[in-house]
Amino acid sequence: MDDLRTVKHLYARAGFGLRFADLSKAKHISVNKALKDLFKTSEADQPLTVVKSNVDMMTILKGDGEAKKMFLQQQRQQEKDLNLAWFNQLNTTDAVLREKMTLFWHNHFACRVNNAAYAQQLNNIQRSNALGNFKELTLQVSKSPAMLQFLNNQQNRKNHPNENFARELMELFTIGRGNYTEQDVKESARAFTGWGFDKDGLFVNRIGQHDAGQKSFLGKSGNFNGEDIINILLEQKQTARFICGKLYKYLVNEVPDPTHINAMADLFYAGKYEIKPLLEYVMTADWFYDNKNIGNLIKSPVELAVGLNRQFYISYQHPEVLLEFQRTLGQTLFNPPNVAGWPGGRNWIDSSSLMYRLKIPSLILNGGLIDFAGKADPEDEAYLAATRNRQTAVNTRVQTLPDWDKFLDGMPKHLSNLEIAQFLLEPKMCQTVQDAVVQAAELKTLAIEIVSTPEYQLC
Amino acid sequence: MKRRDFLRNTAFASGAFMVPVFLKPLEALAATQLNGQRNLVIIQLSGGNDGLNTIVPFGDDIYYQKRSSIAIKPSDIIKLDDMQGFNPALLPLKELYDQGWMSIINSVGYPNPDRSHFRSMDIWQTASDSNQFLSSGWIGRYLDSNCQTCRNPYTAIEVDDTLSLALKGSTMKGIAVQDPGKLYQETREPFFKDLAHDAQGEHLNEDNLGYLYKTMIETYSSAEYIQQTSKIYAVKGTYPNTQLGSQLKTISKFINSGLSTRIYYVSLSGFDTHVGQQNQQNKQLSVYADAVAAFIKDLNQTGKLNDTLVMTFSEFGRRVEQNASNGTDHGTANNVLLFGGQIKKPGIFNEAPNLSDLDNGDLKYQIDFRQVYATMLDKWLGANNSQVLGKNFAGLAVV
Repeated sequence: MDDLRTVKHLYARAGFGLRFADLSKAKHISVNKALKDLFKTSEADQPLTVVKSNVDMMTILKGDGEAKKMFLQQQRQQEKDLNLAWFNQLNTTDAVLREKMTLFWHNHFACRVNNAAYAQQLNNIQRSNALGNFKELTLQVSKSPAMLQFLNNQQNRKNHPNENFARELMELFTIGRGNYTEQDVKESARAFTGWGFDKDGLFVNRIGQHDAGQKSFLGKSGNFNGEDIINILLEQKQTARFICGKLYKYLVNEVPDPTHINAMADLFYAGKYEIKPLLEYVMTADWFYDNKNIGNLIKSPVELAVGLNRQFYISYQHPEVLLEFQRTLGQTLFNPPNVAGWPGGRNWIDSSSLMYRLKIPSLILNGGLIDFAGKADPEDEAYLAATRNRQTAVNTRVQTLPDWDKFLDGMPKHLSNLEIAQFLLEPKMCQTVQDAVVQAAELKTLAIEIVSTPEYQLC
Repeated sequence: MKRRDFLRNTAFASGAFMVPVFLKPLEALAATQLNGQRNLVIIQLSGGNDGLNTIVPFGDDIYYQKRSSIAIKPSDIIKLDDMQGFNPALLPLKELYDQGWMSIINSVGYPNPDRSHFRSMDIWQTASDSNQFLSSGWIGRYLDSNCQTCRNPYTAIEVDDTLSLALKGSTMKGIAVQDPGKLYQETREPFFKDLAHDAQGEHLNEDNLGYLYKTMIETYSSAEYIQQTSKIYAVKGTYPNTQLGSQLKTISKFINSGLSTRIYYVSLSGFDTHVGQQNQQNKQLSVYADAVAAFIKDLNQTGKLNDTLVMTFSEFGRRVEQNASNGTDHGTANNVLLFGGQIKKPGIFNEAPNLSDLDNGDLKYQIDFRQVYATMLDKWLGANNSQVLGKNFAGLAVV
């Protein structure tokens, strides 16, 4: 299955894994053709639209206790809806590469706001630019109400600068720590004064609050505005290196390889920050298919759940269970721990999270029982206090419906147990998994065993 | 194993694995070797507990001016000195206070405070500066660098279903155990037995697969150690029938059975009282005080109080002035409460918060929370705080 192994690797990294249904086709195509297909299907840009209204916090907060309670409830419902809408899209979309890169930008431009309409809008910006141009993406993100609010640029005014956005723009979004001075932070914060949004969530450049004076930034001086700062930052080759380093860790290997990252950065920089050619370069590079780069990335909780859902066509009677999975495994979409995003890699794994990871496939695929009390999310505290309901224990049947027929139909009939396992797992199996697999008498048992292994945690 | 049993075994739904005996780490230390080992118990109050209505500065008129409808009446306050007193819900703690087992540290916070729950909790759990993002927690880094006997995850136990960032280091992590019996049972399910047998070979490499198998083995052996060690001990003290009560009871079982754990972590939520604060906060403070009083008295009975230090914190305090909904909004500095048999300066450690010298309506911090951590690390755990906190923080003469 060696040719298949490369295509499978491509799908594991550029998407959420290859399905059995795709196997017969994938067996006969080259990596280049598979990659073309991935880009083709990802041309579709399906925005999230589930959040219809922008709940205005200020008018409601002026109201009484009841109004506040209702506001909190509505806000929670919208956050939940938004989370599940994206999860559903991840589970069902054909535009897997676009969604995979949307997840990357979701974590790169990490943002957490209570306003679900703003969060949805930022997510749509990250999706529509996911394979486009990094400069355009950075500009749109910088002007989104979600980011303006999250990093306090709404409060960044002439003579009263707020440096939060300017600092994170450099430290986390573009050139990275150690490549600018505190003075650069101060000067660029002045350039962003006046950037804000109005009550309808539209970007406004409040001229009266803009500091139009001379600024010195990264060795240049001029009457810079926010766009100038972003341009100057992207003129630095270091920005291309920083982004490529992060992308390498996301798509290739957590251990950076400076040679490969520099080659990526050369191309990205020369190509004026176009993302698609960069991805094509990485995914057709020989080193992308080196053994050490196969099956050695720890799946994020979302990648794990989405991979399972897609492979087994699972439908959830209670989609809220997906929120519990996210929370328990440490990655709730739209709720990154801070502006630096989820640290990823081995940070996903501790005793309890690994136990849940090994347990979840049998819960989902075999009608198990969830029995755990998740911690309340800090942002839910106000709601919990207001409703006096701190009972977060979940003790309910997962009530999922895997589509076994579809799963089994997709599976080529002639495959041996070992071949099935090799297909579902990216790394090499340990001997005991192989032995167990060979002995399995029945296909469902076989499948559940395979996805309940440490090997399945990797892609 | 019999494959056909695999799916029939409903218990499998709870997942499991096994390792051979020879792979178990050095864990069977006799309980006698562990006598006198010091324990640190952290109780996290999530949501931002209103410290001003917990330890009430009744002697300051400003308190009553700013909180016209939610201030606690002087006659209801359990007075500690001329300035501060307990919220009446803390009555069970008065006995502890009078015994010299409690210390109140006022005005604990950090520079450039963040008023967002998750960010401020992140800062407290990682012990970072407010503009610094760390992916490891302070207890985790203690496991990484300071502890000679920290090879095992159960050196730090969170009594919960999931592990908080505070207990995750770069190389070492604590373990979450809500119920030792249940954890043990789950790790003794049949499926993973064979897998773990193989885990001695190439699958224990330094790569990520090796890391996963190693974590499996550690979980397996920790679950056994925790269960086998703690099940011999029956807690004698009486605990309230609340979740926090039963969590502290579990910790008492662990401590009294001689578990070689140094740090325990537990949290209580429900303190984000923007609306109708009094009922809600009093209820939660009662839950807290009842459980802590039971715990401390239990440890005193069993002779373990001198080996135990309890620290309670919240991610921030609340604004001095109440809001229009009989609640309070997110604030900054807050009090930290300590309990134990070896408190060097019991009572009120430092002066009450200054309500007339505010920063935009919020209290100014006097003591960096990392000084409290440094005190516990250096003086209680015998560690070196600068290795954990990134720079050296001056300790406090409280323990």
